[in-house]
Amino acid sequence: MSLAFALDAILGLAVLAVAAWTIVARDAFAAIVGFVAFGLLLALVWVRLAAPDVALTEAAIGSGVTGGLLVAACSHLRGDAAAAGIEQPRAILRLAAAVACVVVTAGLAAIVLLLPDPAPTLAPQAAAQLAQTGLGNPVTAVLMAYRAIDTLLEVVVLLLALVGIWSLAPDRFWGGRPGLRQHEDPNGMLVFLARLLPPLGVLVGIHLFWVGAVAPGGEFQGATVLAAMWLLAMMAGLVDAPPIDRRWLRLALVAGPAVFLAIGLAGFAVAGAFLAYPPDHAKLLIVIIETPVTLSIAATLGLLVAGPPERAPPG
Amino acid sequence: MSAATLFGLCGAALAGLGLYGVIVHPHPLRKILAFNLIGGGVFVILGIVARRGAAAGFTSDPIPQALVITGIVVAFAATALAVALVLRLLHETGWVTLRPDLAIGARPDDPHC
Repeated sequence: MSLAFALDAILGLAVLAVAAWTIVARDAFAAIVGFVAFGLLLALVWVRLAAPDVALTEAAIGSGVTGGLLVAACSHLRGDAAAAGIEQPRAILRLAAAVACVVVTAGLAAIVLLLPDPAPTLAPQAAAQLAQTGLGNPVTAVLMAYRAIDTLLEVVVLLLALVGIWSLAPDRFWGGRPGLRQHEDPNGMLVFLARLLPPLGVLVGIHLFWVGAVAPGGEFQGATVLAAMWLLAMMAGLVDAPPIDRRWLRLALVAGPAVFLAIGLAGFAVAGAFLAYPPDHAKLLIVIIETPVTLSIAATLGLLVAGPPERAPPG
Repeated sequence: MSAATLFGLCGAALAGLGLYGVIVHPHPLRKILAFNLIGGGVFVILGIVARRGAAAGFTSDPIPQALVITGIVVAFAATALAVALVLRLLHETGWVTLRPDLAIGARPDDPHC
């Protein structure tokens, strides 16, 4: 057994241990902390699976932003352990659930062990057309060229989730600000970080977005870092969350999908199909799409974490 | 056994663990957490399909990788919506439960009895 395999086995066991902790922990907050650690360990698994783009996404969105969202929700739910106390399922149900889950795991494990060999792959097709897209990162080529419609729909799904969250607001708060307002403690650690990190974070975010064309990175990873910097400033009380009926905000949210859709439709005229790019200008068009999409994703992610409006609109 | 198979089995166990949590945890927030574990397991299995499909100079098939990236973002959007629903339930009824007989105005004085 090689050293690399032993380290992989330790990593896999650590992932399972932290995942088990998020299930068995009594305290919801402890479970959420476990979940954040789980996301970071899973990012290491993605590195070991030679998928650095996925590793960045997992660390940024799966662990970071999801963790922030859950911690914020948990602070609202303090003292709500009451319901859990009287609703504990009976031992027989736990046992039945455990048996069912072992069966599911065994089925998935059998599939993993019986995967066809040699494995089917689309990598040669992806490599063959890569030069035409003008991109060096095959994952970005899939996201922005070969399967651009998935990415377009994904950006729309983010927007729909935001519409769903906003529509949960009570009528009197419609058009108001999401409830993240914190009282600024000018000497606090959070304020210090919120002043120190954003200039660096914005640079890192833009770099991740730009370098995604040729190296691991991309608009989702970059946008997540930008959104995290915005959330940090909001949580420290340095900036307030914007009222959700502001026109500039709505424009920022729809700019990405709108430009994406417009260029997609223009594909009918110039290249003969929806979301087709003329070969000579593919890279340029992809950058024109990615720039507003990055902005829109960053705004959407930030507002998804901020939640529905909880304060009445001014005036 | 290759590293891909090892992590594939790890993903299978994650999906099972998450499913167990979704079934037995009464609290919706814990169910959401557990559901994300299932997602993580499924993504890892898709990831080993990508790793095994390494060809043409790529160390991993880029198509399943892009699917996983899309999946992680959509899972986050669904999680955010689910959390917002839980918080709305809390604001409406004062506490969070999925049992309809306990949902409305039935908060016991001493829940631990």
